[in-house]
Amino acid sequence: MLGMAIAQSTRDIITLKGSAALVGEFFCYAVNSILFQRGVYPTDQFDKVKKYGLTMLVSEEERVKSYITTVTSHIGNWLETGKVQRVVLVISSIATKEVLERWNFLIQTDREVTDKGILRQKSDKEIMGEIQAIMRQITSSVTFLPNLEEPCSFELLVHTDKDFEAPNTWEDSDAKLIKKGQEVKLRSFDTKVHKIDSLVAYKLDDTDV
Amino acid sequence: MATPCRSPCISAKKVSCWGDVRALREQPSPDFLSRKTPGRQQQTDRYIAVRSSMNFEVANFMLGKENSKNDLSSSKEEYQKQLAGNLLRDTNAIHSQSRILAFKSKPPPPPEGSDRETKLLYSENTVPGAVKSRREFRHIPQAPERTLDAPEMLDDYYLNLLDWSSTNVVAVALANTVYLWNAGNGTIEELMQAGDSDGPVTSVGWAPDGKHIAVGLNSAEVQLWDSCSLRQVRSLKGHSARVGSLAWNGPILSTGGRDNLIYNHDVRIREHITSRMAGHEQEVCGLKWSPSGQQLASGGNDNILHIWDAAAAVSGCNSPYLHRLDEHQAAVKALAWCPFQSNLLASGGGTADRCIKFWNTHTGSCLQSVDTNSQVCALQWSRHERELLSSHGFSQNQLILWKYPSMVKMAELTGHSSRVLHLAQSPDGNSVASAAGDETLRFWQVFGMAETKKVATKSKETTTGSFNKRCIR
Repeated sequence: MLGMAIAQSTRDIITLKGSAALVGEFFCYAVNSILFQRGVYPTDQFDKVKKYGLTMLVSEEERVKSYITTVTSHIGNWLETGKVQRVVLVISSIATKEVLERWNFLIQTDREVTDKGILRQKSDKEIMGEIQAIMRQITSSVTFLPNLEEPCSFELLVHTDKDFEAPNTWEDSDAKLIKKGQEVKLRSFDTKVHKIDSLVAYKLDDTDV
Repeated sequence: MATPCRSPCISAKKVSCWGDVRALREQPSPDFLSRKTPGRQQQTDRYIAVRSSMNFEVANFMLGKENSKNDLSSSKEEYQKQLAGNLLRDTNAIHSQSRILAFKSKPPPPPEGSDRETKLLYSENTVPGAVKSRREFRHIPQAPERTLDAPEMLDDYYLNLLDWSSTNVVAVALANTVYLWNAGNGTIEELMQAGDSDGPVTSVGWAPDGKHIAVGLNSAEVQLWDSCSLRQVRSLKGHSARVGSLAWNGPILSTGGRDNLIYNHDVRIREHITSRMAGHEQEVCGLKWSPSGQQLASGGNDNILHIWDAAAAVSGCNSPYLHRLDEHQAAVKALAWCPFQSNLLASGGGTADRCIKFWNTHTGSCLQSVDTNSQVCALQWSRHERELLSSHGFSQNQLILWKYPSMVKMAELTGHSSRVLHLAQSPDGNSVASAAGDETLRFWQVFGMAETKKVATKSKETTTGSFNKRCIR
């Protein structure tokens, strides 16, 4: 009985490293899911994978796959420093370069964990439930987001603290904000180390006006 | 929002500071610009002037402040300043306090010309392309779609009296006469009638062109007819007994007779017999070329199934068979080459055998054997699904649809009152005609629609859909 209790408690302990890996993985699946749902790449380039108790669609296109895995694994590593403030997925028109959609993931890091190494507790099940809810919201977002009628490209932007030293595979960028945008706040999830708030901003369909 | 600090002493201090700022606005001095008061420098005009035009709230606040009288209480002024500070922090936090990074190598653009399919994606539950949609259930009609009378149809197991052409015409031999029934419009034509000395007709076989038809006769003659002009084109002689089986392979016509022989005729040339295949010890009653045209399967009343190489048929060397398969316990009439797997042949045995056997004709090994409990008269593979249709004799006279390779019975179609001797498949692969000793011809919608056809109609719908949309705009 006691052994079980210990096992239970160790399983629910969230370390900084574990939380960072979990959040990094979340970004990987979230980005894939958004690219699929928004039709940035053709649907036949995606493959079904079971994750978070859902069927997630993951790009099979080699270059897309390598971009997402590289970037999200970098983010996963950087999350351990506590210096990542937000991750933004920008979808913009290839022809006009205009930004049409921004998926914001605001990250709040518990300073006590990064600075003092304190451990937090939260059950995996609870976190999975929260992630699942966000993924469902991404899927359902197609109902209110305007159709992307033209070929689009995407990019991931990472907002970090000023003093963050990025590897030379990265470069500074502008925020790529949307002019005259509309915002919809989505759900949050919290590992007790990192709290992720999500929000989607999109360009209003001016043909409706 | 943070509650504004209303401590009098602090606000007094700030008011004096504020006074400085107002004075400086007229004539900014380097002294002001280098001011380092934390959280305060943002609230100067100087800063606002360089900001983007988006911060209307702040601009408005500043404009309002410019015109405001000095009668504002110091605490209220302080509150407004806090408010301004908060507004500034919210909108400018990204720019002032963070670094924005982008990965240098960018993701690729979507492939050119790829249909974005978004509308399709939003309107469907399942993802096209990601998972092949499978038809789990298909309705198989239990009754024939149509029944035709076939008076005087011979109830002889060793003959092949039914064939369906690539031009959708069913040929059926009734005693001495060959009739052509056009499945498209239902018209009936009499192709030929054999004389009493030649008849009855023992086999019919459409050439791949759907125009010419070979007719085997009891007199051992094989006649070639033009179905358009209803005229005989030529006569092929060689057999010494009735010709009960025919099989085309391009311009090559193979004929199997009661003289235990198989002749290969090149119908284009004067000396039409290119080779002779001897191997059977009794009447040849089943003859089928593989879809690739590389192998010929022949079944005989001697219970033997032979596999022959096409090279032998063309070159003229009377080489022996590739395989001699003797596992059937009765005459082998029912033969069908698998349309989706090369080297796979299904064969069915007669009353004493009752088995459907599957062969790898490359190695000659028997892959599977299923006892059907009834004489197997004919076999047809579905071209759309992995299914096989067999026709039987005593006691049910039924057609059985099998799932391959599990050989689970999917349907049993009854209706005929005598053994179902012949099967022929429509050119679109959807329906099958059966001819039985009860002198009827029945048509069954047993194989269902082709998958590709469905997809084609679907894509047609979507294109017309987007076309309509364009019209509206």
